[in-house]
Amino acid sequence: MTSKHILKTALVGLRTNRSRSFLTILGIVIGITAIMLVISLGAGAQNLILSQVQGLGTNTIAVIPGREPTGPSDVSALYSDSLKLKDVVALQNKANVPDLKVIMPTVFGAGTASYGSDVYQVTIFGATEYIADIFDMHPNNGDFFTKDDVLSRGDVAVIGSKVVDHLFGNDNPIGQKIKVKGKNFKVVATLPPTGGGSLFNFDSMILMPYTTAQDYLLGIKYFNRIIIQTQNDSQVPSASADITQTLRESHNITDPTKDDFTVQTQQDLANRLSTITSALTWFLVAVASIALFVGGVGIMNIMLVSVTERTREIGLRKALGATNRDILTQFLLEAVLLTAIGGIVGIILGAVLSFAIAVGLSRWLNLNWQFVFPWSGAAMGLGVSALIGLVFGGYPAGQASKKSPIEALRYE
Amino acid sequence: MNIIEVKDLKKSYYDSEEPTHALCGVTFSIRKGEFVAIMGPSGSGKSTLLHLLGLLDIATSGEYIFDGKKISSYSGDELALLRNKKVGFVFQAFNLLARTSVLENVKLPLSYSDVPESEWDKKARAAVIAVGLGERMSHQPSELSGGEKQRVAIARALVNDPDVIFADEPTGNLDSKSGKNVMSIIQRLNEEEGKTIILITHETSTAEHAERIIRLVDGVISTDEKVKKRLSVNDEFLK
Repeated sequence: MTSKHILKTALVGLRTNRSRSFLTILGIVIGITAIMLVISLGAGAQNLILSQVQGLGTNTIAVIPGREPTGPSDVSALYSDSLKLKDVVALQNKANVPDLKVIMPTVFGAGTASYGSDVYQVTIFGATEYIADIFDMHPNNGDFFTKDDVLSRGDVAVIGSKVVDHLFGNDNPIGQKIKVKGKNFKVVATLPPTGGGSLFNFDSMILMPYTTAQDYLLGIKYFNRIIIQTQNDSQVPSASADITQTLRESHNITDPTKDDFTVQTQQDLANRLSTITSALTWFLVAVASIALFVGGVGIMNIMLVSVTERTREIGLRKALGATNRDILTQFLLEAVLLTAIGGIVGIILGAVLSFAIAVGLSRWLNLNWQFVFPWSGAAMGLGVSALIGLVFGGYPAGQASKKSPIEALRYE
Repeated sequence: MNIIEVKDLKKSYYDSEEPTHALCGVTFSIRKGEFVAIMGPSGSGKSTLLHLLGLLDIATSGEYIFDGKKISSYSGDELALLRNKKVGFVFQAFNLLARTSVLENVKLPLSYSDVPESEWDKKARAAVIAVGLGERMSHQPSELSGGEKQRVAIARALVNDPDVIFADEPTGNLDSKSGKNVMSIIQRLNEEEGKTIILITHETSTAEHAERIIRLVDGVISTDEKVKKRLSVNDEFLK
């Protein structure tokens, strides 16, 4: 039998049982669709998170007070007040960290802001004049505070879009005075909405010089974060090492396990986040694979019924000269065709659904969600579904090929 | 020249605890071009004999020489090849593929042969026309009468130009008129095209189309004799 004719025979076999073939395929379609969806959405989520993280610039290093706890009893890991001004001075010293381009100490805390009778719960974020560059912020009105404001503890504030909405409505806030924790601040700039899903949401924030925030609002002498940028990405590893060394000297730490600070690069964060999203994605793929397995069992079940039902046909084919191999190939090919068609339909359906979800997420949730066609998932889905056909169709096909022509013809 | 030679052929089944001896040693031979009817009551072993002669099964013991070749040593695939090339079957229950056109049904043996695909259509059409169903080429079996179905089965048996045609109760499911029509086609194949015909039947009237009748009782041959007054295609009886 020519391969072309074997294919034709298998196709005719499937077509004569159209509705049964369709229902059999359904299990595979659902399984492959689920896997495609999970992989595509997983990749989309990963891209979104990574683009957010890398939006800060991959040449950015953050110093966080405290260390990652070594265990549940490691209470001393939380040195929230370990980063001081002397550390910033030490880090600024070119002899200590030669690759440092920008250093920005930051503080944050909660508070209420009011204007007239309107009150709004805000996050107070204290930083330096570099904040606009580092976070790539562009005021839609007014200008950021300056180095002079930072040095002189200026009473100036840059307010996020939600703060504007709640306190001012449609009025122009520039030049107006708002009260934060009982102290007056002049609004110098407003920020456009950052959009939902962003890792850094400034919408409910009031930005001001860190000196002002430390002394007048939060009453603290330490920093919550020190953000450092190098000239370029390649300097990040050496700069991280220099920063660690400098801070240990500054804090008189000789045992690295006793560090009271953590140096985190954007790359570390990105790697960690992508590990988490990949692990989640593959976990969901494993769950979705159960659907595929069930689909495979369904195929085997239907093929076994089909073989029994077509005993006469098998016997007739054998009487007319079909070899065991011809019969085996015919039934195996029917199973593989079923699963492969199911796989293709599943891939298309999965891609269409994840595209629709991507469009929906970007439109209604205002996320910068990119549709990702999961080529690896598609290739895997097609391979796996064909394999399921071979594995689960193999046994029924073997049963079919072993039928004796007489037994088959006698069968009523 | 003998196309079939059988010596002390035996067949037993061992399905249950007590073995069943379906065929207890039969010996005969059939000439090329001969028309032989095998008769016998049910359980006499005539179906078993047909399966052995038709290369569908292997005997427990004894010798079977088909077209000069000893069959007992053949493998399953070799038997399949021989069935495809040398043998045609016509069954009582027609055994046509449902939801498959007359032409495609007749093509079925060709698809397992070494005949190039380009010739399938021509050969299948010729066979369908030979049994007088040229107008029914693209019909489905469900749209045909019993007699027409059996003629499609005959066309299918003919399409590979076999030497021997085995007909297992070909008129058993047909009314008498269709039955006569089918028998006249079978007889013509024997007389005009020289096909060897081996017919299984329990009706004497059908068996008398043959030149010779072998009667089986309990797995052995009881009589093997020439038909004295053979029915012919042209007989008044058939019209």
